[in-house]
Amino acid sequence: MAPGLAPPRWLKAERQGLHLPTIDWWIDPSIAVARALVTHGHADHARGGHGGVWATAATRDIIDARYGTPGGGRSLDYGEGIELGDGITATFVPAGHVLGSAQILLERSGERIIVTGDYKRRPDPTCLPFQPTPCDILITEATFGLPVFTHPPIEHEIARLLAARQANPHRAILVGAYALGKAQRVIAELRRAGYNETIWLHGAMTSMCDLYIRHGVHLGRLALVSEADRDALKGQIVLCPPSALNSAWARRLPDPVNAMASGWMRVRQRAVQRNVELPLIISDHCDWNELTGTIRELSPRETWITHGREDALLHWCSLHQMRARALELVGREEDDTG
Amino acid sequence: MDRFATLLSNLIYTRSRNGKLALLAEYLRATPDPDRGWALAGLTGELSFPAIKAGIVRELIKERIDPVLFSLSRDFVGDTAETVSLLWPEPQTDVAASPGISEAVALLSTATRATAKPVLTRLLDRLDEPGRFALLKLATGALRIGVSARLAKTAFSQAFAVSLDEVEELWHAMRPPYAELFAWAAGGAARPDISALPVFRPFMLAGPFEAETIDLSDYAAEWKWDGIRIQLVCAGGQTRLYSRGGEDISASFPEITRAFADDSVLDGELLVRGIAQGGEAGGAASFNALQQRLGRKTVSTALQTEYPAFVRLYDILFDQGEDLRGLPWTERRARLELAAGRLDASAFDVSPLITAKTFEELAEQRAGARAVDIEGVMLKRRDSLYEAGRKTGLWFKWKRAPLTADCVLMYAQRGSGKRSSLYSDFTFGCWTAPEAEGGALLPVGKAYSGFSDEELAWLDGFVRKNTTNRFGPVREVEKSLVLEVAFDSVNLSTRHKSGLAMRFPRISRIRRDKPAHEADLIETLRRMAVTS
Repeated sequence: MAPGLAPPRWLKAERQGLHLPTIDWWIDPSIAVARALVTHGHADHARGGHGGVWATAATRDIIDARYGTPGGGRSLDYGEGIELGDGITATFVPAGHVLGSAQILLERSGERIIVTGDYKRRPDPTCLPFQPTPCDILITEATFGLPVFTHPPIEHEIARLLAARQANPHRAILVGAYALGKAQRVIAELRRAGYNETIWLHGAMTSMCDLYIRHGVHLGRLALVSEADRDALKGQIVLCPPSALNSAWARRLPDPVNAMASGWMRVRQRAVQRNVELPLIISDHCDWNELTGTIRELSPRETWITHGREDALLHWCSLHQMRARALELVGREEDDTG
Repeated sequence: MDRFATLLSNLIYTRSRNGKLALLAEYLRATPDPDRGWALAGLTGELSFPAIKAGIVRELIKERIDPVLFSLSRDFVGDTAETVSLLWPEPQTDVAASPGISEAVALLSTATRATAKPVLTRLLDRLDEPGRFALLKLATGALRIGVSARLAKTAFSQAFAVSLDEVEELWHAMRPPYAELFAWAAGGAARPDISALPVFRPFMLAGPFEAETIDLSDYAAEWKWDGIRIQLVCAGGQTRLYSRGGEDISASFPEITRAFADDSVLDGELLVRGIAQGGEAGGAASFNALQQRLGRKTVSTALQTEYPAFVRLYDILFDQGEDLRGLPWTERRARLELAAGRLDASAFDVSPLITAKTFEELAEQRAGARAVDIEGVMLKRRDSLYEAGRKTGLWFKWKRAPLTADCVLMYAQRGSGKRSSLYSDFTFGCWTAPEAEGGALLPVGKAYSGFSDEELAWLDGFVRKNTTNRFGPVREVEKSLVLEVAFDSVNLSTRHKSGLAMRFPRISRIRRDKPAHEADLIETLRRMAVTS
């Protein structure tokens, strides 16, 4: 390490999240704290019970809808800096993951740290694109941190979904998609592909879809499965949370084709284990090339790797003579948000 | 290759048996010869390319990607062919030039050790990801995509409306790409004549006996011997010894094939002389002893003397050219005893019938079988014809109850295939002495089965939450979880540190209620052990 480049004393990685010890602020903590900066609304990053939440307006709305209104804190616009104390400022930068998702740029005495939260590099009609931001320390996720993960273009996967619908006029096409982010992106991409029919929803999808619509995302005509006749769902696209695939609820649909939209679907047995007939490789995270590409592009002094398959990314960094370390944060094992 | 690759994808993502059958039958009808024949050979595991080794595939990928990144990927994906197909660089040439399955098979089968790498490379470079997956699955043997050979043959019989028994019968006389078989089933040609060939006939199999009782005037009883089920065939002057799956194991047991030239087909158990099973009267060593003889291409005289093999005969399918399979068991049994009289007694005997007047008396004898290390009892319907496969109600195996031990989970590893990325291979141990007296745990076995999907998900979660150490793909866990392990028997073994080797261990219960220090001692297992 070059002189003067010691790891900063003002940011520590704790098992419960990233901590700014001199001022006692946290980033995406898994425990309830007094002051939390939150990158986005997924449950492994956002939780209820904090004294104050500082996040984008959309993220705060999502937290509102899921856990109730936070006691304090406020919403921040992208690009707006906030003084936290001890000379530390935080600025929210678009992360391209889901509506409201942000990277957090932390600065102190000219030292710049980027906490990516979850992010992707592909265009997404439901949120602002990831904005590469030069930094000294890059704290990146590695959900799909293995070279086997390369996500195909989403147009390709949407075309497969539409082809399956064409080929199965007597069956419903049931797409398991995480209720926050993935579901709305799939809907928006279907619309972009010219699909204008009603898209049917499981009841658990409505509050987040409504929230997206309130934030100006165009989702077209949506309706609840509970309001449809069984026969009316033949040849229709239905979205549900992944946990509802193969459930008693799904049995009300006409002979559904089980589909699932997730980056994990790249691995065949992942689809088979979930009884998925139509695996759609659609992810809101970076694939391997995008993770390594981002590290190359930003070329930080040091990369910290949070949740995911950190071993492989760590190894890649060492192969390319880049300084990196893995953080062990709790509660960030694989889940359906992939 | 594209059509075959699509077929494999569809099969992988189709869960229902009927769905798979429909996909296979449609492919077999719609695909021209010889492509469909090669595909059928791949699906039934009948293709082998000696020059194409799994090691070559790994070498090729490691020339293209860092070895550590490859092995981390392989560990996650759980399947080498799939990992390589995902990691292989995308083709530069037009995918339209992708090779057909027949072309691929021709290139792979003419490859030598020297050309294997370039041949495989050129093929992979012409394929997209599903194509590479299909090619690598074909090239390296077992497809492991949830389609058994039996299912593929069933689909064949359904596709062309021919009898499955006939397909099974002809199968072992046919070679890929099965031109004669397709000509007969799909093209209306005459049925191939196989009478002068020493081919394998499908075994008649037994199901588990689960009823309370059975009438012994309808069923005959025999001991269940713990060796390997074999079929001995002599036809057209050639003798072959086949294992249960139809694999030719003649070379491993020359003393058996030499002793048989009778133009007949016999069914029996291959055993080694000894006293472990049933004492002096039983005359058979433990399965462990037989294992010394298995899987050898050549076998020394010393080995034949130390572990002399013989066949304990169960049944007769053909007697000097005459097909007896349509006769009831009672008549076949009489013919078997006659035929056995013509054979060398050092290589053959007939599995004795158990004399019991009542079912209760039989149950009593079976209960005593554990003491003399006999695996259990077979029940055969006296009027049963010799029918291929497991036909309900005809033959039963009535195994003795399994042994069980309470063991502590020590290590876990991710499974392969459909259990990839789940921790599903468990190593468990027992105490060298009570923990309070300073005892330690030593591994006594490994199990991959016995649990339900829900239990597996729970075990996987336990491993993830309680990992204390990682050794490559292996995780060491907190020694706190007791597993009740069931096994058929346990043998003394020098291969393992605990000095014990379990036979057919499986996890019978998760004992969350039991503290680890109350698990069994190694000494307890040692007392259950049989000596070979």
